[in-house]
Amino acid sequence: MAQYQLTINGESRTVDVSPDTPLLWALRDDMGLVGTKFGCGIGQCGACTVHIDGVAMRSCQLPVSQIAEGESKVTTIEGLSDNGTHPVQQAWLEHDVPQCGYCQAGQIMSAASLLELTPNPTDEDITAGMAGNICRCGTYVRIHAAVKTAAGKLS
Amino acid sequence: MSTNKSRRNFLKVSAATGGGFMLGFSILTSCEPKPVVAMQPELVMPETWMEINGFIKIGDNGVVTIMSPNPEIGQNVKTAMPMIIAEELDVDWKNVIVEQGKLDTENFERQIAGGSQSIRHGWEPLRNTGATARAMLVSAAAETLEVPADELRTENGIIHHDASGKSIAYGEVAALATTMEVPTEVKLKDPKDFKIIGQGKKNVDAKKIVTGQPLFGIDVEREGMLYAGIIHPPAFGLELKSFDAAAALAMPGITNVFAIDCAPKGKEMQWSDAPTVRKQVAVVGKSTWQVMKAKKAVTVEWAKASDAEDTAGHKAKMADLIANGKAQEARRDGNPESAFAGAAKIVEATYSAPFLAHNTMEPMNFFAHVTDEKAELHGPVQTPEFLEKSIATLFDMDPAQIEVGMTRMGGGFGRRLYGSFAVEAALISKQAGAPIKLVYTREDDMTQGTYRPDYLVKYRAGLDADGKLIAFHVRGTGTHGSPVFANRFPAGTVDNYLAENIGMDSNISTGAWRAPKSNFIAGAEQAFLDEVAEAAGKDPIDFRLELFDRAINDPVGEKHDYDAERYAGVLKLVRKESGWDGDSGEARGVAAYYCHNSYVAQVLHLELDDKGNPKVDKVDCVVDCGIVVNPEGARNQIEGGIVDGIGHALYGQMTFTDGKPDHQNFDTYRLIRHAEAPREINTFFVDNGIKPTGLGEPSLPPIMGALANAIYAAKGERVYDQPFMGAALRG
Repeated sequence: MAQYQLTINGESRTVDVSPDTPLLWALRDDMGLVGTKFGCGIGQCGACTVHIDGVAMRSCQLPVSQIAEGESKVTTIEGLSDNGTHPVQQAWLEHDVPQCGYCQAGQIMSAASLLELTPNPTDEDITAGMAGNICRCGTYVRIHAAVKTAAGKLS
Repeated sequence: MSTNKSRRNFLKVSAATGGGFMLGFSILTSCEPKPVVAMQPELVMPETWMEINGFIKIGDNGVVTIMSPNPEIGQNVKTAMPMIIAEELDVDWKNVIVEQGKLDTENFERQIAGGSQSIRHGWEPLRNTGATARAMLVSAAAETLEVPADELRTENGIIHHDASGKSIAYGEVAALATTMEVPTEVKLKDPKDFKIIGQGKKNVDAKKIVTGQPLFGIDVEREGMLYAGIIHPPAFGLELKSFDAAAALAMPGITNVFAIDCAPKGKEMQWSDAPTVRKQVAVVGKSTWQVMKAKKAVTVEWAKASDAEDTAGHKAKMADLIANGKAQEARRDGNPESAFAGAAKIVEATYSAPFLAHNTMEPMNFFAHVTDEKAELHGPVQTPEFLEKSIATLFDMDPAQIEVGMTRMGGGFGRRLYGSFAVEAALISKQAGAPIKLVYTREDDMTQGTYRPDYLVKYRAGLDADGKLIAFHVRGTGTHGSPVFANRFPAGTVDNYLAENIGMDSNISTGAWRAPKSNFIAGAEQAFLDEVAEAAGKDPIDFRLELFDRAINDPVGEKHDYDAERYAGVLKLVRKESGWDGDSGEARGVAAYYCHNSYVAQVLHLELDDKGNPKVDKVDCVVDCGIVVNPEGARNQIEGGIVDGIGHALYGQMTFTDGKPDHQNFDTYRLIRHAEAPREINTFFVDNGIKPTGLGEPSLPPIMGALANAIYAAKGERVYDQPFMGAALRG
């Protein structure tokens, strides 16, 4: 166990965990930020997607020690915007995307990062950018439409 | 706070619902998403709540809280069920707050998510609940305004007396209303006056979902809570012999390692909570990660309890049963044997499907705090009523000592009908002497069992010289039961018909998986009928419609399960809406199916990618599920079922070697991803005013058939074995 200083959603937070603890579990168990979800633990489903210095990453694959060492800034779904006002979140509401809703925080974080890097994505860009996020309820058609709507809002 | 908790308001229906509505298929809602009502603004909370009944609380400022009684697994009943109450209560949806009800058998009925039945069973009771509360508010207003109740009318939470021009808000009379006698008969609205039902309303939890608020079982936290994991046998046929926890207990944060018995002798658990594995090892500690690591440090010795099974063995056994097994005759019409002997042409085909895991995105988990005095359970389960009974039996408790709370569920698909993980959590909490949250890893979740069974079915069809279907024979088997529904289509349409079931035992545990049995048999049957239509030289839709004509005009046998007119209706509509009779230049497949009391017909438009792999371009889908309570949510369900069905038909499979599941996580268990979903799905609802029927499941089964038929149209080769991409997956 060791203490690590992390920057989460613009705030400095200290956690006391073993160095190999994935960011996912430090967020959920130690910081009470449960919006980031556990799905597979092997970086295959995307439910745990957060932004590391603005880029979408799988938090189940990132040891806390590495984040602290790199002095990376972490953004979770709770810190993406004030009260759900990010254009991607707004587009998700507009298209009434969620069914069970469990994967959607990860989908939204991937979409926000995609639009940051590619503000006017083609259908292929969206498909490629969202390939790492599984939705077992099958809301992909709505996700696709919502990403396009969000792109329109951002541009 | 005024309360009136003990009253039950499930009353006799006094108004015919749906009566006087023409049964027809001409009126359709558009496929274009309609503008839907904006997100609810932040409501000002009242100072006082008045509880009118177990479902409804009215604030002094007119804000209304409606309890949603049933478990929410993504089927959106948490929006739709309160909409039904709000409609009859006659309030503005903008002023409604929805809360998830706890398990409360006194106030609520059938708190189960399963069989696409929440809305169907809830329809009349929920309407009555709203109408009863409305009647009590009207009585209170009559007393307050000193006018006869029958001169009052309500509109959006205001009670008006038109003769005097007086009006009064629900919030002003709610306190008095709680003292009013509960009426035994209430008048329900005429469906043509519905203002909320039939309008698209957004998912009431959507804002919380997109902002990452705690909603799910896995998000539950309590003061002093510990975290727990389980170790179950790595293969079916093994049982716990012994374990050595020394290394795990020496690891940081680990507090306990012990064995639990999920079905102790003399304790009869509910069907839903019967363990698939009786004895498991539990690891308890201060964080999820510490527990996950410690699980790997526990050395467990497993003993053989029964023979190890594998996929090759299952396939061989099912093939032998279909060829030689003793069958139970489920239906016989006419003389199939002689009809086949005299047939001009016989078509024969065999279809198979593998085991499937549920793979809800939220792995199984549950919070439990069990002491000698009480048991608090909180988490994602589709059958909370049964869980309470199992817990009562397990700990010799009275139901009053048990509290079961329901969270939103990160998917169900049938998996959370089986609450054995909640029982495990309760046992672990009791033994650890602490509140705990049990969380399965993905590997625990995927290898634990409760799978959709593997199936094999053989069809034969006999045609006469004119291409008329004169004989039909279906013979099916599968793990823990045949998938054949003897009285479904085409039963009732063929003079000589035989349906046979053959059972098969296995130590691999199975359970309900979205649209049980239908999730295989629909695809098989609809693919076979396509092949028979081709042999008869007929268009596949014409061929089916001829059969429905027979069922309408001169049905064969004593009964069949479906309404042939509604069935034919969805097929005719999908023909029109998909442009079936024109040449689109695309490969297309059609299918229609009846299950969960609803009718679905689909046309799937397919492309092949540069490697020749199927890529679904578009699906046109017609649904007859009676009145659609929430078209926005309904359309989402239909789309989800279609994507789910395409994904599992193409890629889904769980296989076994020496009793051990070959796939443990999403690196090798392939689920459909964004790129593989259809580009476009158009959903059309038949508007016929009939009472609502199932919606969460019916769009999945037929799409597997439509896909198989489109693959044939594209490639000229028929596919018989799921997953259709099986060879490609193995390669």
